[in-house]
Amino acid sequence: MEGKNVTETPTTSAEPLAVDIPAYPTPRASGCPFDPPPRQRELQAEAPITKVRWWDGSTPWLVTRYADHRALLADPRVSADSTHPSHPHRAAGMREAHLKHGRPFIRMDDPEHARLRRTVTAPFSVRRSEAMRPAIQKMVDGLIDDMLAGPNPVDLVEAFALVVPSLVICELLGVPYSDHGFFQENSKQLVLRDADPQQVAEADRQLLAYMEHLIDEKLAHPGDDLMSGVAARVKAGELTRDEAKRIGQLLLLAGHDTSANMIALGTLALLQHPDQLKIVRETDDPAVIAAAVEELLRYLSIIHIGHPRAALEDIEIGGHLIHAGDGLLLPPETANRDPSVFPDPDRLDVTRDARGHVAFAFGPHQCLGQNLARVELQVVYSTLYRRIPTLRLATSFDQIPFKHDATNYGVYELPVTW
Amino acid sequence: MRVTIDTERCIAAGQCVLSAPDVFDQSEDDGMVVLLNPSPPDELVADVKQAAALCPALAIMVEG
Repeated sequence: MEGKNVTETPTTSAEPLAVDIPAYPTPRASGCPFDPPPRQRELQAEAPITKVRWWDGSTPWLVTRYADHRALLADPRVSADSTHPSHPHRAAGMREAHLKHGRPFIRMDDPEHARLRRTVTAPFSVRRSEAMRPAIQKMVDGLIDDMLAGPNPVDLVEAFALVVPSLVICELLGVPYSDHGFFQENSKQLVLRDADPQQVAEADRQLLAYMEHLIDEKLAHPGDDLMSGVAARVKAGELTRDEAKRIGQLLLLAGHDTSANMIALGTLALLQHPDQLKIVRETDDPAVIAAAVEELLRYLSIIHIGHPRAALEDIEIGGHLIHAGDGLLLPPETANRDPSVFPDPDRLDVTRDARGHVAFAFGPHQCLGQNLARVELQVVYSTLYRRIPTLRLATSFDQIPFKHDATNYGVYELPVTW
Repeated sequence: MRVTIDTERCIAAGQCVLSAPDVFDQSEDDGMVVLLNPSPPDELVADVKQAAALCPALAIMVEG
């Protein structure tokens, strides 16, 4: 137990010693890539609200229990504004970049956040997302046809997991899928934990320039896609061009990387839990599939490290006083493994009621595309294993490259055969 | 049971529609919550409570 055998040094200061503050984040245990880092679970049990040492030397609060996690994410005294001086950025230079070049609305507070978000909420309603199901089913079936006719083994990430959500978000936004190489490559830079600030800035600039061009296209040739709607709001003076570009960039990024990770990592989790895979593969009940999707969202909770926040006022919670101006890190992967809410939380159980999970976050910033993601995942999980019942890994489990260096957790490759 | 909603707080997450589709809907214009039935029958009470518990914006209030 490192950090517990440190000899106490006398101090005259009321400030805690640096050695008392655990470093964060810590690595996942080898051999347990689906589980949050063991140190986070220890803190959840022993010190569920505690200061941690962040990469830049700052000491934000790490909050690891479900109830506190939800309470703080829904608390109007907690800010998501990435230009706040205490907002825990994941890499150097990001606050300056956000101040200078702007930021997506997920990094703003209400009322600005609400104003911008509401311009794109309609296409992501339950009904509109559900209306895309037949098209998504057709897409998934076509991709599986191609996979079965193509090379075997194949990398499921490249051939399927990344393609499904990219096709869907392109269709929804009105972005040509032929540009997917460009936006996937640039998006990668934006989710690396320890990204080089200059590369992030360049990727950001490229994606914004792409959106600028797309908005011009949509103004000249409007269609019935989402970005035509955004362009129309620019024309009507409801959005600035910069706001519109940021919205397009955010939706394109959030729309493909997250679902791709859920498809590939979810498939790997099911392959490693054959009894659970059997339930998913053999059911023809949409409710069973829907429950399995919620449980995989809970179990995998792919947005790792923690939602970055800052306290705007003093907040009393769990016997602690979080001061105005303190930074906060709220990791969903430990909240979703809170044993007081999800009994036997490390067990993947696709039959449990996992609907209360926080994989899509909580509070006013909860995932805009969650219902589209649900439909995508329901279609994928109900189709892939049924159509390829002999699907299995084409490599050993310990050879699979996990995204330990990304904020959106998943696998870089998933070689499969059948 | 008496249900009230706060459309100002609503963020169009749609959790209420998934939980209790006979009680909640979303506006075509902006996805914001539409209350279909402020006095849902007893058999829907559990679903409505689930909707209130899952609402990320805490925009659903339930009495009785």
